[in-house]
Amino acid sequence: MAEVLVYVDHVDGAVRKPTLELLTLARRIGEPVAVALGNGAADTAATLAEHGAVKVLTHDASEYADYLVVPKVDALQAAYEAVSPAAVLVPSSAEGKEIAARLALRIGSGIITDAVDLEAGDEGPVATQSVFAASFTTKSRVIKGTPVITVKPNSAAVEAAPAAGSVEALAVTFSDKATGTKVTARTPRESTGRPELTEAAIVVSGGRGVNGAENFSIIEALADSLGAAVGASRAAVDAGWYPHTNQVGQTGKSVSPQLYIANGISGAIQHRAGMQTSKTIVAVNKDAEAPIFELVDYGVVGDLFDVVPQLTEEIKTRKG
Amino acid sequence: MSLRIVVTVKYVPDATGDRHFADDLTVDRDDVDGLLSELDEYAVEQALQIAEDADDAEVTVLTIGPEDAKDALRKALSMGADKAIHVEDDDLHGTDAIGTSLVLAKAIEKAGFDLVVSGMASTDGTMGVVPALVAERLGVPQVTLLSEVSVEDGTVKGRRDGDAASEQLEASLPALVSVTDQSGEARYPSFKGIMAAKKKPVESWDLSDLDIEAEEVGLEGAFTKVEAANERPARTAGTIVKDEGEGGKQLAEFLASQKFI
Repeated sequence: MAEVLVYVDHVDGAVRKPTLELLTLARRIGEPVAVALGNGAADTAATLAEHGAVKVLTHDASEYADYLVVPKVDALQAAYEAVSPAAVLVPSSAEGKEIAARLALRIGSGIITDAVDLEAGDEGPVATQSVFAASFTTKSRVIKGTPVITVKPNSAAVEAAPAAGSVEALAVTFSDKATGTKVTARTPRESTGRPELTEAAIVVSGGRGVNGAENFSIIEALADSLGAAVGASRAAVDAGWYPHTNQVGQTGKSVSPQLYIANGISGAIQHRAGMQTSKTIVAVNKDAEAPIFELVDYGVVGDLFDVVPQLTEEIKTRKG
Repeated sequence: MSLRIVVTVKYVPDATGDRHFADDLTVDRDDVDGLLSELDEYAVEQALQIAEDADDAEVTVLTIGPEDAKDALRKALSMGADKAIHVEDDDLHGTDAIGTSLVLAKAIEKAGFDLVVSGMASTDGTMGVVPALVAERLGVPQVTLLSEVSVEDGTVKGRRDGDAASEQLEASLPALVSVTDQSGEARYPSFKGIMAAKKKPVESWDLSDLDIEAEEVGLEGAFTKVEAANERPARTAGTIVKDEGEGGKQLAEFLASQKFI
């Protein structure tokens, strides 16, 4: 069976969920061979094996942390040359897309980004994408070279599928360009204890109607009652009420959770671009004419300062 | 010595319009008004600020696209860019990201550059890979997704805010940077700027000017193929209730019925 290279996104050996989803999708088109780089790379093997990796190629070097993107491209290219896979899958993070793109160019292949589904086809893997603010669904294929495809979080349910997961050291020679962009300082983001926005199963967002940074505590309380991530519309971010890293929309993050709850968000096209593929959409807004209500499975026309705290209380009561 | 800055911009269909596909499954540009991609306005702004901080600098704005794409160049010129290059050729229709990066890299090399500034992604394709591809082709450092950028003594510095960490980056020129919508609000063109833009030079290049063969670009040269594009069925109308004191509880009931609680 053909091998499929899967690039592993991990933090010091802890594999992030989108990679496990990739392993599930990779099994539809071949045998997953995982590539884990940097600090803690070898520690990823057990989790990757549990989710179907037949082999885990690892390499650690200080270059991965000290320089931007290119060392990882060099390593993924080394893995590609060692394995000759039928496809290369990479998580659709900002960095993942850059790594995938540069690899595709080097190996003379096409690239598809932000796939939301992947299936085996007669002429190679077929990727489903959601485009134009999710108003269209497309099916695309890479028609030259080895398909390089990046996949969005929440595109598949994670399935365990124990495999050998034998660890092999990957031999990597860094290119001249690997050290071109130096990382001179790194400040880890303070953990809020909440799930990462793009990976969360539930996202609770606030917009202009939240009317102040201090009022976001109402949104956070609802999010915490559901174990959800917190999002914000551009209006709320531009007003300085919530960090840009939490912005959902065309110029922010694109999310596709099981449940999206929009509070005080009108639903301009730019916001819809970032959340329209959510499976179930709920909105609370004072304005019955707000375009967000065109998208919802359930909407409450009302003041979020009344509705949201009542909802939070009710959830807590029901959860006991 | 003059700092040569090239800003890559894209003319995109207005996101508030009714965007759809043409029969050949490329983006239909005829039925929707186009404009300078909002995310590229930030690139123009940062290029202008870098130029203003330099002793001597020249900002060239570069686009690939049909005749109408000149509108995007005019907007950037009216903001303050010095000159513009328009790559226009019928054979470019249907070019994908790999092909786009080839045309941009060749045009940037022909124009001459010390620094390339790009937006983080286009607002139509939204791939976000073209800056990295162009850097790979040019063989210069990529300093991408910056929310802050500055150039001093031949070095570009910037801040990249990722999911896990915020990083300070540094590279020697020549280099390519891309900037996010957090890099700073783009200026509005002044009346004077709009008038001045009419007199600024816009060069037109085609594929032969760039030594690119027709089969390397366009639908023929594409590395990817869209096989189907289907409009998503409109969502079936959901339940909408008016809050009369029990709105939160009713919503909780709905969430419970969907097994979210």
